Amino acid sequence: MTMIFGIPLPALLGQLLIGLINGSFYALLSLGLAIIFGMLRIINFAHGAQYMLGAFSAYLLLTFTGIGYWGALILAPILVGILGVVIERLFLRRLYGLDPLYGLLFTFGLALTLEGTFRYFYGSSGQPYAAPAALAGGTNLGFMFMPNYRGWVVVASLIVCIGTWFLIEKTKLGAYLRAATENATLVQVFGVNVPVLLTLTYGLGVALAAFAGVLAAPVYQVSPLMGSNIIIIVFAVVVVGGMGSIMGAIVTGYLLGIAEGLTKVFYPEASSIVIFVIMAFVLLLRPAGLFGREA
Amino acid sequence: MAALLDIKGLNAWYGESHVLHGLDMTIHDGETVTILGRNGVGKTTTLRTITGIIRSRKGQIRFDGKDMLSVPLHRTAHHGIGYVPEERGIFSSLNVLENLMLPPVVGKNGMSVEDIFELFPNLHERRHSPGTRLSGGEQQMLAIARILRTGVRMLLLDEPTEGLAPVIVQRIGEVLKKLKERGLTVLLVEQNFRFASRVADRFYLMDHGQVVSEFPVGELPDRMDTLHHVLGV
Repeated sequence: MTMIFGIPLPALLGQLLIGLINGSFYALLSLGLAIIFGMLRIINFAHGAQYMLGAFSAYLLLTFTGIGYWGALILAPILVGILGVVIERLFLRRLYGLDPLYGLLFTFGLALTLEGTFRYFYGSSGQPYAAPAALAGGTNLGFMFMPNYRGWVVVASLIVCIGTWFLIEKTKLGAYLRAATENATLVQVFGVNVPVLLTLTYGLGVALAAFAGVLAAPVYQVSPLMGSNIIIIVFAVVVVGGMGSIMGAIVTGYLLGIAEGLTKVFYPEASSIVIFVIMAFVLLLRPAGLFGREA
Repeated sequence: MAALLDIKGLNAWYGESHVLHGLDMTIHDGETVTILGRNGVGKTTTLRTITGIIRSRKGQIRFDGKDMLSVPLHRTAHHGIGYVPEERGIFSSLNVLENLMLPPVVGKNGMSVEDIFELFPNLHERRHSPGTRLSGGEQQMLAIARILRTGVRMLLLDEPTEGLAPVIVQRIGEVLKKLKERGLTVLLVEQNFRFASRVADRFYLMDHGQVVSEFPVGELPDRMDTLHHVLGV
């Protein structure tokens, strides 16, 4: 059997794949956080709960309406995104211009409320959610066996991340967003309705979290606390990448997922803290993050 | 001649501080008018109050007969008022072309991108550079150019020559003359009155948040001594 640094190759690649899958979720979630922070200057602590809502929407859509995975992959982000729009209009809007702590406290409270509500109805154990039939089974890649659904997670998250990056960096709407991040008042003087732009941005960020939630449902099960488990890591990812950098959030998400996977191979005891260790080093050496602009 | 912009008894506040004290000003269609005054008398505040950036304001601002006080900030441009701030407001995360294309087109008389690039060849050459990599003069050109694309009827221009080399100042003067030929109305805040005398039809002198005198460009030479005294230059 081929060995690399004394590790069998299939084991190494297997962990690499798991790392890449975790990285897919980190990338999608930190991307949403970075977009929201960049535009609204709100640290969205409810992001994990909104990811959980995405997964639960898929589960509830299946249980009560019979709408399956593919329908949920489209519908759940729209529904949760609309909820995000309502939250922005009713609450977040009142916090702009205040100390960022207010936004953080509000979204943290929102996360507790959402998670508590679902825990009340569903307990803290997970609900099973099956992968779609079309993606059942696996493929023998020659050097390893890859479950089809996991391959799909990586592909889908890459497509959505690149699509979102394109939307922000290469389109007119994205130019409005970037300009409003720098000087919202001037963009408004030019005739752009910035308040609506802020609402849509929050909706988009939240929809990305929900999309990640649906993708995650067959991998991690659907549980009320699934969001709070992952969100702390995602915040570390955002800190490493640099708050407000779109490409930084995406690249860092995948890289840290892979770093975590590789640590499981070489030094499993450290795998659950490796991201935080990296974060500590980045904060020491480059406080603005790997891709952040020095203030 | 009909008044395009009609301001009467305008008061404005920055938080607690009362900056404009009953300002009166009338700008006619097609005119270029310059506001003179020492630092801190409310020249920039006047422009910011007209655009609606400063919301705590009382009095009357009519543009083309319409009351502007009730117009939300993002609708000001749609009524035909364009603004070039003193700090120019070029976005660093946007390239030159994106900066140019950013403000939505609000009127029929906007310049085409081709015409703009003909007027400002430098911008065409550097269209893919980040906006803030341009020189100060080029940034000022870009700040003016992007408003010209929108087809607004009136341009509020805050100290366009500040900190720029004489040759660039001359270039901006030529651009303003071209705009005048196109029938654009310009309200200019300017400290450099040699420059202002070449482009303006009329002057307002401001002090303590009010207009203290008004005169056509022809009277400028006679008033030079008084102005030097009042402006402390």
